[in-house]
Amino acid sequence: MSQKLTGIAASSGVAIAKAFVHVEPNFEIELKEVADTKEEVDRFDSALTKSKEELAVIKDKTEAELGADKAEIFAAHLLVLSDPELVDAVKGKINDEKQNAEYALNEIANMFISMFENMDNEYMKERASDIRDVSKRVLGHLLGIEAQSLATISEETIVIAEDLTPSDTAQLNPVFIKGFATDIGGRTSHSAIMSRSLEIPAVVGAKEVTAKIETGMMIIVDGIDGDVIIDPSSDELATYEKKKADFQKQKEEWAKLVNETSTTKDGHHVELAANIGTPKDLEGVINNGAEGIGLYRTEFLYMGRDALPTEDEQFEAYKEVVERMEGKPVVIRTLDIGGDKELPYLDLPKEMNPFLGYRAIRLCLEKDDMFRTQLRALLRASSYGQLKIMFPMIATLEELRQAKALLAEEKEKLVAEGVEVSNDMEVGIMVEIPSTAVAADRFAKEVDFFSIGTNDLIQYTMAADRMNERVSYLYQPYHPAILRLVNMVIKAAHKEGKWAGMCGEMAGDEIAIPLLLGLGLDEFSMSATSILPARSQLLNLSKEELTTFAEEMLDLDTADEVEEQVRKAFVKA
Amino acid sequence: MAEKTFKITAETGIHARPATQLVNKAGQFSSDVTLEYKGKSVNLKSIMGVMSLGVGQGAEVTIKAEGSDADEALQAIEDVIKEGLGE
Repeated sequence: MSQKLTGIAASSGVAIAKAFVHVEPNFEIELKEVADTKEEVDRFDSALTKSKEELAVIKDKTEAELGADKAEIFAAHLLVLSDPELVDAVKGKINDEKQNAEYALNEIANMFISMFENMDNEYMKERASDIRDVSKRVLGHLLGIEAQSLATISEETIVIAEDLTPSDTAQLNPVFIKGFATDIGGRTSHSAIMSRSLEIPAVVGAKEVTAKIETGMMIIVDGIDGDVIIDPSSDELATYEKKKADFQKQKEEWAKLVNETSTTKDGHHVELAANIGTPKDLEGVINNGAEGIGLYRTEFLYMGRDALPTEDEQFEAYKEVVERMEGKPVVIRTLDIGGDKELPYLDLPKEMNPFLGYRAIRLCLEKDDMFRTQLRALLRASSYGQLKIMFPMIATLEELRQAKALLAEEKEKLVAEGVEVSNDMEVGIMVEIPSTAVAADRFAKEVDFFSIGTNDLIQYTMAADRMNERVSYLYQPYHPAILRLVNMVIKAAHKEGKWAGMCGEMAGDEIAIPLLLGLGLDEFSMSATSILPARSQLLNLSKEELTTFAEEMLDLDTADEVEEQVRKAFVKA
Repeated sequence: MAEKTFKITAETGIHARPATQLVNKAGQFSSDVTLEYKGKSVNLKSIMGVMSLGVGQGAEVTIKAEGSDADEALQAIEDVIKEGLGE
């Protein structure tokens, strides 16, 4: 009987192969009294030397295969082995207390490990695992235990482990290691990040893989859905062989489109952009061929800390994003906080109805010191690329005018201080409140662009909280009422010669894309991984054909009817 | 003995790469080199010592070098710090 375990999908793809269970060697460390302390110190030195030699080889190999930044961790490991605080302390214990080298090293390493683990900083906590990794290597040499080597695997294998250390993952040869599954870890743990750079399917945090799997068992790792199947039936094997082949084929098709523009089969070009939360997301944005950033959520700069970010901190983050996008458009949304997204240090009152409450631009216009700081940082970054500012939750023209006035004041001050500021920076608004969509023709005269925020626009239009299961059926992106609002916004923008984009989940949805293209949307902003599939879909769509089709959809009765029509005509089964 | 005080301006403080550079540089000299921060003093040749201080942005740190090549050591470390770590 086959068995299925579910964990966290860390790296996409499907792997089918025999398992190799990687177990940590069991180090039994006893305290012994040594007679010849000089000999013991020599033994420790020689274990250090051997470990350093191994690490130097691993470092060079990693640098050659994966790049200098991935190899940096081993440079840090090498420094730990040369660290006088560690080395001298171990030698001190050998000389003064006549302890054996294994015991002395283990004691000192554990002291450092617990010191780093107790630090109030994620980065420092990770250093604890570096010390553990390095000290195990030296202990292996002292005890004469061959570390089980993943590097010598030479047939197609899926590695099963409690967790994989940097030293482990550096030895994984993608030619033979088809995938891996671990008991612990999350999407951002070291093993998960490495699986994505190596592009091998992986499931992490599957809890019981080492308990349930033995070396030699047939295993399927489904890194798309996060499943591990043990001892699959022939039907399951066939299903996953197909899933694997489909994924491979799809990936090859999509990869060809990374450097292409997003153009329909009748030659109409639209911009496919990415939504990001921090500069760290840029790697994915660039790898997936985004033509710009359609939504940079600045909230993350303000979250997870105990005071407001300074102007300089913000400036550095915005500058990094516009610079790395090399002149491509970057739409940065000003702070959208309040309501359900809290900042403890702002001490905002609890509200009965946070989504209809004191948040985003409403809060920024009142706490204008905080808002001005952000505007100054944005203005300063504007001279480093194509930065566009977007105000969220605009409901009235007065709000827009007030926000623009503050921006103009800060710009004037910066110019007076001699700071370089872009002169043609576009200023737009997020359209997510129905009043703004309905009066889009008025707004269009005073903005440079609109970006439709569908997640909120849908829930405000339908008066339904999409997180509330009992009313979530009302969250209907394809409802003709929503499509009509979207249409009004796009047409109002075009009438004034402005552009209209969309930055909600709807922009990357395969049913919505034909409709939005037909209605004339200019920019589609989505999560980076949706860009290549969307680009591939656009290649087969005709703007002209869809213009008539989309107009017809506005006159249907229900969301289901719209969806059915789109599926029938434009979406492959 | 040579000593000098610096202000760390790098946003991440003395972490990862800058710590590695400082330790590597200090290790090239025979003098004893220490880093002082908030009344605590660590060996600048020890990566774990340096990182255990958790020196953040805006911190004032004092570097002391004692030995035959103290002046050269301090100068070399100053160069590393001024290359983007602080002033």
